[in-house]
Amino acid sequence: MDFPSFYLDHLAGGRLIIGIIASLHVLINHPLAVGAYPLLTWMEWWAHKNNRPDVDRLAYKITFIVFIVTTTVGAMTGVGIWLSTSLFAPFAIGSLLRVFFWGWFMEWLVFISEVGLILWWFLTWKKADTPEKKRRHIKIGLALSIMSWLTMALIVAVLGFMMRPGEWNQTRAFWDAMTNPLYAPQLGFRTFIALMMGAVFVWFAAFFFTKPKAGFAQQARRLRGWVVYRMSHVVLVSLLGTYLFGTWYWNNVPETMKANSSVALLTQEFMSWHGQFQTLLGWTILAFAAIGFGGLGTSFMIPRWALLIPSIMGIWLLGHFERAREFMRKPWVIGEYMYSNGVHKDELAFLQSEGLLKHATYARHREVTEATKVECGKDVFMLACSRCHSTTGLNGVIEKFTAMYGADKPWDSSGMALFIKGMHQTRTFMPPFPGNDKEAEALVAYIQQVRATREPLPGAQSAGIVVAPQPATPPMTAATPSPISAP
Amino acid sequence: MTSFLASTPVPRDLPLPLPLPEGVLIVLLVIFFLAHILFVNLMVGGSVLVTFFEWLGRKDPRWDRLAAAIGRTITVNKSLAVVLGIGPLLCINLVYTLQWYSANALTGHAWLMIVPLVTVAFLLTYLHKYKWESWSAGAWKTAHQLVGLAGTLLLLFVPLIFLANVNLMHFPGEWDKVRGFFSSLSIGNVLPRFLHFIAASLAFTGLFLAGWFGRAAHDIGTTPGFTRPELRRLFYKVAAYVTLAQYVLGPLLLFTLPSAGITTRLYVIIFSGAAVGLLTLWLLFRELRAPDARIGGSYVWICLLFGVVVLGMGSGRQIYRQAALAPHQAEIKERTARYAAALADFNQNLSVQVPLEQTAEQLFINCAACHAPNVRLVGPPLTEIAQIYAGNPDGIVAWARAPGKKRPELPQMPAFAHLGDNNLRKLAELMLEKGKAAK
Repeated sequence: MDFPSFYLDHLAGGRLIIGIIASLHVLINHPLAVGAYPLLTWMEWWAHKNNRPDVDRLAYKITFIVFIVTTTVGAMTGVGIWLSTSLFAPFAIGSLLRVFFWGWFMEWLVFISEVGLILWWFLTWKKADTPEKKRRHIKIGLALSIMSWLTMALIVAVLGFMMRPGEWNQTRAFWDAMTNPLYAPQLGFRTFIALMMGAVFVWFAAFFFTKPKAGFAQQARRLRGWVVYRMSHVVLVSLLGTYLFGTWYWNNVPETMKANSSVALLTQEFMSWHGQFQTLLGWTILAFAAIGFGGLGTSFMIPRWALLIPSIMGIWLLGHFERAREFMRKPWVIGEYMYSNGVHKDELAFLQSEGLLKHATYARHREVTEATKVECGKDVFMLACSRCHSTTGLNGVIEKFTAMYGADKPWDSSGMALFIKGMHQTRTFMPPFPGNDKEAEALVAYIQQVRATREPLPGAQSAGIVVAPQPATPPMTAATPSPISAP
Repeated sequence: MTSFLASTPVPRDLPLPLPLPEGVLIVLLVIFFLAHILFVNLMVGGSVLVTFFEWLGRKDPRWDRLAAAIGRTITVNKSLAVVLGIGPLLCINLVYTLQWYSANALTGHAWLMIVPLVTVAFLLTYLHKYKWESWSAGAWKTAHQLVGLAGTLLLLFVPLIFLANVNLMHFPGEWDKVRGFFSSLSIGNVLPRFLHFIAASLAFTGLFLAGWFGRAAHDIGTTPGFTRPELRRLFYKVAAYVTLAQYVLGPLLLFTLPSAGITTRLYVIIFSGAAVGLLTLWLLFRELRAPDARIGGSYVWICLLFGVVVLGMGSGRQIYRQAALAPHQAEIKERTARYAAALADFNQNLSVQVPLEQTAEQLFINCAACHAPNVRLVGPPLTEIAQIYAGNPDGIVAWARAPGKKRPELPQMPAFAHLGDNNLRKLAELMLEKGKAAK
C-alpha cells in the first residue's frame, strides 16, 4: 500500500481494533438507538393518553441512560470506525469514499438530525408541561425514532454495496446496493432484532427504577407489571419478525454468496457459518420466546438475571451475523476490484512482473540483492501481508508456517517461496502474492529471520518511514512501449 | 525540484475520480470545518470557563451557579461538535487523501486514542453536570471540581492531536523525521496553532455566552447574583480581551508558519481579516462602555463581523494549505499518471498475448510447497505417493479433486478441482514419474 503502514505487531496487524470498535457500535446502536427510542416514545405517548405520570417518569429515567450511552460511547465508536479504518486500510476507505460519497453524505445529514433530535427530545422532556407541548414533544420522539432507523437503513446499503462484487466495477453506483437481494431481509432482520433487544433493555432497566419502596410498594409493583406485560408483547411480536426476516436472509444468502464466490474453501467456511447462524437464530428466538411468554403471565416470574440470557444470545447472534461480511469479502476488500492488502486487481500481473518494491513509496530498496534480502523481505511483509498478519503475534505468519512445516524442524526456504507464490490457489481466501520471485524469496528470508530471532516489527507510528530512493530515470514499462492506439 | 525534495515521499493517488470537482469539495471543506470548529470552540472554551468559575465559586456561590449554568450548554455543544466533525473529515479525506491518511498513520497511536479519550471526556462532562447538586459540599465538592478539571484537560488535549495531524499533512518533506505523535509536535508550528485555537475558543465562548445569558428567554433566577447587563458585560469582556490577545497570538502563528505555503494572497486575506477584527474589537469595547440599558445593542453586528473574520481566517488556512501542498500534489499527480500509463501499457501487452497452456512442470508449483521428492514437508513425499498410486494416475486426480483426511498427524490437503481434470491428469503423471525417479 502507498501509505505509511500503521501496524500493531501483536494484534493481527491491528485490524482487530476496527472489529472491536465496530461491534461495540452496533451493539449500542441497534438495541438502544434503533430499538429503544421508538419504545420509549411509545411509552411517553401511552402515559400522556392514559394520564399515567408514573409511566412518563419511568420512560424519562430510561431515556436518560440511553441518552448518556448513545451520545458518548455510541457516537464515539461511530466516529471511531472512520478513525480506525483510516489507519488500517486507508486505501480501502479512501476508495470507497470516492465512489460512495453521496451515501455517506446523506448518512451524515441523517446523523446530524438524529443527534439534534435526541438532544432536543431528552433535554426538553421536563419542560413539556402542557398537553400541547407534550404532544409536540412526543412528535420529536417519533421523528428521532424514524431518523435512527434511517441511519441504519442507509448504512446497511453501504455495507451491502461492499459485498457486491462485479457490479460495483461496472457501474460504481450507489443505488445498485439497494437492489441487492440481501438488502431487504437484512434490514428487516436488523430492525426486529433491535426492537426485541431494545424491549428487553427497557424491561431490564425498569427493574432499577421500580424498586418497591416503603409506602409506595403498590405503585412500584403496578408500574413494573405494566412494563413487563407490554415489553413481553413487543418481544413476542418482534420475535416473529426476527424469525421471518432471519429465515428469509438465511434462505437468500447462499444464492447470492455462491454467485459471488467461486472458491470452494470459502464456500465451505460459509456453509459452516450458515449452519451456525441457523442454530443460533433458533436458540436466540427460543430464549426471547421464553421470557416473552413468561412476562405475559406474571411479571415476577422472570427474575432480572434471566433477561441477560436472551440479551447475550442476541449480542452473539448479531456478532455472528456481522462476521459474515468479514469472510465473504476475502480475498477482496472491495469485491473484484481491490485485494485486502490494497493491491488492485488490474495491477497484480504488473507488480508480479516488475516487482512490488520497484513501485513502492515506502521501502528501503528497490531491488532485492543478496545483501539487502532480509530488509527487502521486511518491506515486502509490511506492504503485502501486514494488513491481516502479524509476525509472531495473533494471526502471525510464524504461527501459520509452524502449522504447515512443524515447530521442531528447519523450514525449507524454496518450498516456502513456492508456497507463497501459489498460496492463493490453495488458500483461496488469500490474495495472490503481489511481487516477483526474488521478493518472494526475500520475504521467506525475513520470515526465517523472525523465526530465529523473534524480532518485533514496529509500525510507522513508532519507527517512522523510510522513503524509497528515487529511480534515476522514470520507471519504464516492462514491455516495449506499444504503439497501439486506443481501441 | 527533485533535489530538495529528495526525502519527500511521492505516493501514488488512488485511481478513482473525486465524486465532486475539487473546488467544490474545498469550499465544502472550509464551510463544514468552520461549522464543526465553532462547536468545538464552545465545548472547549465552555469547559475552561466552567472549571475556572467553579473554582471562584468556592468563595462566592454566585460563580458556582454561573458555572453550573454554563455547564448545561456544554453537553449540547459537545454532541454537535462530534457529529459536525464527520463532514470536514469526509472532505479532507477526499481532497488530501495521501497527506491526511499519512499524517494519521504517522501519529497513529494518538490518532486512535481520540476515541477512548473523547468518550471518557464526555462521560466526565456528564458526571460533572448531573452531580452538580448532589456533590456540593466538602470533599464531594472537591471531587466534583476534579472531575470537571479532568474532563477539561482531556478536551484541551484532544484538539492537539487533530492540530498535529493538520500541521503534519502540510509538510511531506518532514515525514521521514517523525517517530510518533510527540515527535510530530516539533514539526511546523503546532504550538502557536494550539494557542491560537485555545484563545479562539475562549473568545467565541465569551461571545456566545454574552448572547445566551443576555437573551430575553434566559431565566435570570438560575444565575443569582448577576443582572443581565452584568452577565453581558462579563462575557463581552472575555471575548474582547482574549480577542485582543489574538493580535499577539495570530502574528505568532503566522510568522512561525514554514514558508512553504506563504503567498501574497495569504497575507492579503489574513490582514483583511485582522482589519475586520479590529473593527469588531472597536464595537466590542464601545459596548463595554455602554450603560446597562444599552449594552447588547450591537450584538448581532458583532457576531456578523466575527463571522466575517472567521471566514477570512478559515479561507486563509485553506489557501496556505493549497499553496504549501501544490508542488506535492503536482508530483503525486504526475507519478500517478506515469504509473497508470505504465500499467495500461503492460496490461495492453498482456491482453495481446495468447495465454499459453501451462506445462505440468509449471503446474507442479501448486504441489511442490507441500510435496518434496524424498522428505515429508507438509504432505507425504513423492516417493510414497508413487508407491500408493503406482499405475493409477486417475486415483491422484480423484483425490486432488476432493481430498479426504487419511493421516491424523498431517493437515488436510485443500481441494484442487479448480485446476481442471486435464491439468490434474498431467500433474498426476508427472508426480508418478518424479516419485519413481527419486527412489
